[in-house]
Amino acid sequence: MKYVDEYRRSDLSGKLAAAIAREAHPDRTYHVMEFCGGHTHAIFRYGVQDLMPGNVRFVHGPGCPVCVLPVRRLDDAVELAEGHGVILCSYGDMMRVPGTKQRSLIRAKADGADIRMVYSTQDALRIARENPSREVVFFAIGFETTTPPTAVAIRQAAAEGLSNFSVFCNHVLTPAAIQHILQSPEVRNLGTVLIDGFLGPSHVSSVIGSEPYQFFAEEFQKPVVIAGFEPLDVLQSTLMLIRQVNEGRHEVENEYTRVVTREGNVKAQSLVADVFELRASFEWRGLGTVPYSALKIRDGYAEFDAERRFAISEKASREVKSCECPAILRGVKKPTDCKLFGTVCTPDNPMGSCMVSSEGACAAYWTYGRFRSVGGEVRTVMPEVAG
Amino acid sequence: MCLALPARIVSLEEGAMATVALEGIKKRISIALLDDVEVGEFVLVHVGYALHKVSEEEAARTLAMMAEAGVLEDEIEEITERAP
Ligand code: SF4
Repeated sequence: MKYVDEYRRSDLSGKLAAAIAREAHPDRTYHVMEFCGGHTHAIFRYGVQDLMPGNVRFVHGPGCPVCVLPVRRLDDAVELAEGHGVILCSYGDMMRVPGTKQRSLIRAKADGADIRMVYSTQDALRIARENPSREVVFFAIGFETTTPPTAVAIRQAAAEGLSNFSVFCNHVLTPAAIQHILQSPEVRNLGTVLIDGFLGPSHVSSVIGSEPYQFFAEEFQKPVVIAGFEPLDVLQSTLMLIRQVNEGRHEVENEYTRVVTREGNVKAQSLVADVFELRASFEWRGLGTVPYSALKIRDGYAEFDAERRFAISEKASREVKSCECPAILRGVKKPTDCKLFGTVCTPDNPMGSCMVSSEGACAAYWTYGRFRSVGGEVRTVMPEVAG
Repeated sequence: MCLALPARIVSLEEGAMATVALEGIKKRISIALLDDVEVGEFVLVHVGYALHKVSEEEAARTLAMMAEAGVLEDEIEEITERAP
C-alpha cells in the first residue's frame, strides 16, 4: 500500500497543509464548495477540514445524485411499479430513499411490486430480453457519469427492437446546478452561503471535460479547480483555489489531469447528444425548479420513454417534515442543524435522502463525525484515519 | 455511486463488451463509451461501463486509496452480487 503510506506519512499532505496555512490570508475567509458527494466523503474520511486553518471552510454541495432527486419523481417510480405493473429496475442507491409517507422502493418491493436492483443498464436490458411479455422500466438517475450508460442502453434497445424496455429519465446536469446555486438569493443577496470557489467533480469532468465550467467561472467570477478523489488531490486543489482567490483570478484549472481533459470523453458526449435533449426545467430537491438542468429522451427514441408510455398520475408528494435535506443541499444548513439527525434519523432508519446515500452529507457526518460543542457552536471533529 | 473502480481488461467480446479483472474477480462490462480499448489496459469502471482509461499507476493508487477508505469491499460486493 505504497500510495496510502505516502498519504499517511503525511509528508506531502503536511507540506500542502502548511502551504495552505501560509498562503491563506488571516484577514479573510475562504469558502470552498465541493460539488460532488465523492469529495464530501474524501474530506470527511481523511479529516481534511482539520488540516485547514480556521478561515478555510468546506461547504458541501448538491452533487449527490440520489439526494437531489425530488420525492415526486421517486413517488412516480413507485407508481410505475405498483400501479402499472412493470418490472422496475433501479440502481441500489435509490432503494431505501423514503418517498411520500416514507414509502421507498424497498417497501413497495416487500409489498409485492416487482422492483429489481441492478448494477448496470446492461442488467436492465437482460431482464427485458428474459421477460418479453412484461414491461421493463429502467429508473435512470444521476449526473453526467450515468447518463452515457443510459444512452447506450436506449440505442441498444432500439437496435434490437426490444419494445418492452423503456427508461424513466431523471438525468441531471452538473454545470446547470452550480450556476443555479450561484444565482440563488442565498448566495447573491442574503450572503447566507459564502462561496469563493468550487472543487469541480472528478468523474463527471472526465466525461464532460473542463470546458463547460468556463462560462460561470467568467460570468460569476468564481474559480473552479477540477479535483481528483484522493485526499492529496483535494488538498492540492484547495491550495490552487486559494491562490486564485488571492490573485483575483477566476479561471477553470484542472488538478486531475491524470484523467480529465479539456474536451472530455467525446464519444460518450455524442452518444448522449444522440439520445437526449435538454428539458426546459426540472425540479431538484433543495434547489427547486432549475431551467435547462436536466435531460429528456429525444422524439426519435420516444417509444423508449417511460413518461410517454405510461400515464403517471398527478399527485401530491410530501417530504418528511423537518428533514433539512433541501437546505443542506443548498449549503445553507449542516446536518447537525437538523433536529432529527442521529436521533430519529440514522443510516439504519433514514428519514431523508442525505442519510440514505453513501454520498449524502448526513451519512458522511454520521459515519465519520464525532460531535462536540465548541463555544456554543456544534463542531464536527474528525476521527483519526483508522488502520 | 460516484465511485469508479479501476480494472484491467482481460478479453474483448462481441457487442462492445469486455471482461475485466480486479482483485481476483472477473466481470463483464461494456466498453461502448471508449474507442480502441486493448487487452491489458486499465479502465475506470462505473455502473458496469468503462468510463475512461487510466494508467496502471493511477489504477494501483486508486485501488489502494479505496481499500484504505474501506469502500473497496463494498464496491466489489456491489458488482459481484447484483449481476449474474
Ligand atoms: S438528518 Fe435525516 S432528516 Fe435530518 S436532514 Fe439529514 S436526512 Fe434529513
